[in-house]
Amino acid sequence: MPEKETPGVPENENILSGTRRDFLKQSGFLTAVALTPIGIVKAAESHLDEKVAAFFEKMPLKMEVNGVSHQLSVEPRSTLLEVLREQLDLTGTKKGCDRGQCGACTVHVNGKRVNSCLSLAITNNNKTITTIEGLADGDELHPMQQAFIDHDGFQCGYCTSGQIMSAVACIHEGHAGSETEIREFMSGNICRCGAYPNIVNAIQEVSKGGNKA
Amino acid sequence: MKKDTIGEPLSRVDGRLKVTGGAKYSGEYKFPGLTYAVLVPATIVNGTVTAVDIKAAKYAPGVLAVITPFNAEKVPGYQPDAKKPVKGLKLFNDNQVHFNGQPIALVIADTFERATYAATLVKATYQVQPFETDFRKNIDKGVTPNAGKYKDYVRGEADAYKNAQVKIEQEYIQPSEMHNPMELHVTTAYWEGDNKVTVYTKSQGVMSSQRAIAAAFNLEPQNVLINARFVGGAFGSSLRTWPHEIAAVQAAKFVKHPVKLTLTREQMFTLVGYRPLTIQKIGLGATADGKLTGITHESHSQTAVYEEFTENAVNVSRFLYQSPNVNTRYKVVPLHIGVPAPMRGPGESTGAYALESALDELSYALNIDPIELRLRNYADIDQERNLPWSSKHLKECYQLGADRIGWANRSPKPGTIKDGDWLVGYGIGCGAFGAYRGHAEAKLKLMADGSINIQSATTDIGPGTNTAMIVIAADVLGMPAEKITFDLGNSSLPPAPTQGGSSTVSSVGSAVHDVCVALRQKLYTLQGKPRDSMDEIDYAAVIKEQNLPYLEISVGSESGDNAKNYSMYSFSAHFAKVYVHPLTGVVKIKNLIAVVDAGKIVNQKTAASQMKGGAVGGIGMAMTEEAIIDNRFGRYINGNFADYHVPVNADIPQIEAVFINKPDPVINPVGTKGIGEISLIGVAPAIANAVFNATGIRVRDLPITPDKLLS
Ligand code: FES
Ligand code: FES
Repeated sequence: MPEKETPGVPENENILSGTRRDFLKQSGFLTAVALTPIGIVKAAESHLDEKVAAFFEKMPLKMEVNGVSHQLSVEPRSTLLEVLREQLDLTGTKKGCDRGQCGACTVHVNGKRVNSCLSLAITNNNKTITTIEGLADGDELHPMQQAFIDHDGFQCGYCTSGQIMSAVACIHEGHAGSETEIREFMSGNICRCGAYPNIVNAIQEVSKGGNKA
Repeated sequence: MKKDTIGEPLSRVDGRLKVTGGAKYSGEYKFPGLTYAVLVPATIVNGTVTAVDIKAAKYAPGVLAVITPFNAEKVPGYQPDAKKPVKGLKLFNDNQVHFNGQPIALVIADTFERATYAATLVKATYQVQPFETDFRKNIDKGVTPNAGKYKDYVRGEADAYKNAQVKIEQEYIQPSEMHNPMELHVTTAYWEGDNKVTVYTKSQGVMSSQRAIAAAFNLEPQNVLINARFVGGAFGSSLRTWPHEIAAVQAAKFVKHPVKLTLTREQMFTLVGYRPLTIQKIGLGATADGKLTGITHESHSQTAVYEEFTENAVNVSRFLYQSPNVNTRYKVVPLHIGVPAPMRGPGESTGAYALESALDELSYALNIDPIELRLRNYADIDQERNLPWSSKHLKECYQLGADRIGWANRSPKPGTIKDGDWLVGYGIGCGAFGAYRGHAEAKLKLMADGSINIQSATTDIGPGTNTAMIVIAADVLGMPAEKITFDLGNSSLPPAPTQGGSSTVSSVGSAVHDVCVALRQKLYTLQGKPRDSMDEIDYAAVIKEQNLPYLEISVGSESGDNAKNYSMYSFSAHFAKVYVHPLTGVVKIKNLIAVVDAGKIVNQKTAASQMKGGAVGGIGMAMTEEAIIDNRFGRYINGNFADYHVPVNADIPQIEAVFINKPDPVINPVGTKGIGEISLIGVAPAIANAVFNATGIRVRDLPITPDKLLS
């Protein structure tokens, strides 16, 4: 094995207190020293460049989430899922694949079901988002939530938020007319615990009951 | 006389948390200064990492550190002089690569996006060695595992089937199957000083996680706090502490910040185990009137070059049917792949697929109904151990299942029943899984208001453990379930075994039962009544009258010696009715009935769900699931949910779970035998046998994809 090199932390840096830009420090550092006035090098050393760049790197984002308006600043590459979970601490929305293949991250955007892992957060500017945390009316559960409890439409519960958000939308879309139709239109939501039959029963009950859903 | 609560359907006590998004899983706790770790996988299959260029990554925005084999601080438990050496892969401890996707670096940054991006900047150089991932090509390199129970087994005469009047000799293939719980494996760790660490991790056993992490970092177990309050499924993938979990703890120590490490879905195909590809040969011999005279079961399974994995892939053939002559052989084939892990219904389901398929083939060869054939070879005792069963009601399972599925409509001649364009078939598949009971402890606290809290360091990966425990407690105490709470998923609670092997209700349920009995006895004694009085208790009144702020009581509970005199198993009989489209090869599962002898059922509602869930797993095994390695590159080509097909809602019919529901008189005070595994074991052969009955085509390599039915 080659010699142990210094661990990956650059010296004298508390990364969490600020961010670095790589354009000066990394490839261009020597060039920068040669070509730039001393003031800029000083700015680089005190990470001012990073702070400035970090600011421009982010984009403003205004969204209403569960009835609350948020003014956020997000990286263009951040997904809606990541912003909900990590910035807004709305962890009810789950990450099962991050690739649009499982439905665990389903939320409503302007009333339509969306895989939030496939939606870049900034594309949701001025949109209205509902997550599982915003479905109940105060203490009173949404009929779909209650039906999931009554029909035992889950086990581990990890796919459940996505299933319920999808189920509510499924009825809205008019895709809950029969057992077969429900199965088809709920097939974007994987449940590895295999609660499918109970999920179908829950949706049928809400759909037949003419609940507000 | 108190009301009998056991068996009553009770909705999950944590249901509200789960339907409102309030249930917090291990990756969902926020700590100040939380950082995010992303693994960098090796791009070779076998060889050494000669260098890792981390410059670009370490200077990328937000990066705190990049850990590689060349700069990692040593994990004490990985060293040869460790007190309790950690087994298996030792991540970042050396520069060897044993399989494609093995992590060779870990990037830690202040956001997930930044860590993910920086991980792409890490560049490794390798010295490449030849590799072997091709199972077929290497099957001759199979070795017999060291542990005694995997040694060759012979009862009577070996290969006796060869001389039988009627015989079946066939090969059955179980492909690699991935657990794929919906929750990505995740570990969040933070240290307080150098000697104490708190870990939120996806674990089926908080005590075993505690032991593993304490051993790895040479800590006192009580200084390792494990939390796994909610676990988003696991199915065996979280039975052990994986190298990446230790890496997360290592990283948190190194950067002195809380670190959260989440695997990607693709990484879950290489780093957290799988059901190993197994090729099995079955020989069955019988007399013309259907009496088995010999069973031979030989299996070869995948394992890793760096760690041996074993499971009970052939054992079911030793005891499920009566036969004077049985021999089994089990070998594992080391390859350059990640190590397997027990997956729901582990080796037993692989073995039962082969045995139950062969038995079905034999029934056609003999022209005897498959259920009748099973009855003629019914095992009244366990011939493997030469012990009586503690309980066995498999005959009733056959009967109930046959009635429900409409077995009388089955044609003994394949391909003769049609419904419109569709061919119709019926099949049966049976299974058995050992009923276990481990040592478990429980602590009960009776509050001044008469409410009860019970604690035990078990976990719940989905079956509804806390709900079941509350049902048991409510039954013993004769009080409403709403007055009882149950805490689990934390290593500071009284020790309990890992949730696995269908044993939680048996082990922890017994401790809960016993602690409730102990409370009653204590209260009667305080009141000056005989300990075993059956008088109703007004809990709040007694505690008031005794002038106590609360009352606490703890017990440990385990099997008595009597258990050794019996063979204890859960049994299942699964029935499938399928429709097969002869032109497209599409299979529709019309109906699935799972009939189970699992002793007493504690909560009908959650138990039925668990049975259905196992059946869905069995449908995946039978119909859709196969992890495929491209042997030219030694890597999985379908490591995601788009290409690896787990069953979706449209694949699943209504499923009926039927319980015999007779308490086992031996195993534990409640009489439960466990259903987690048995819900899956036997499902795949039931479907495969139904497909044969519909079409006359015998698929001996799962999954039964349409192409295999278009001959
Ligand atoms: S996490 Fe978005 S679809 Fe899987
Ligand atoms: S409830 Fe566990 S994945 Fe659906």
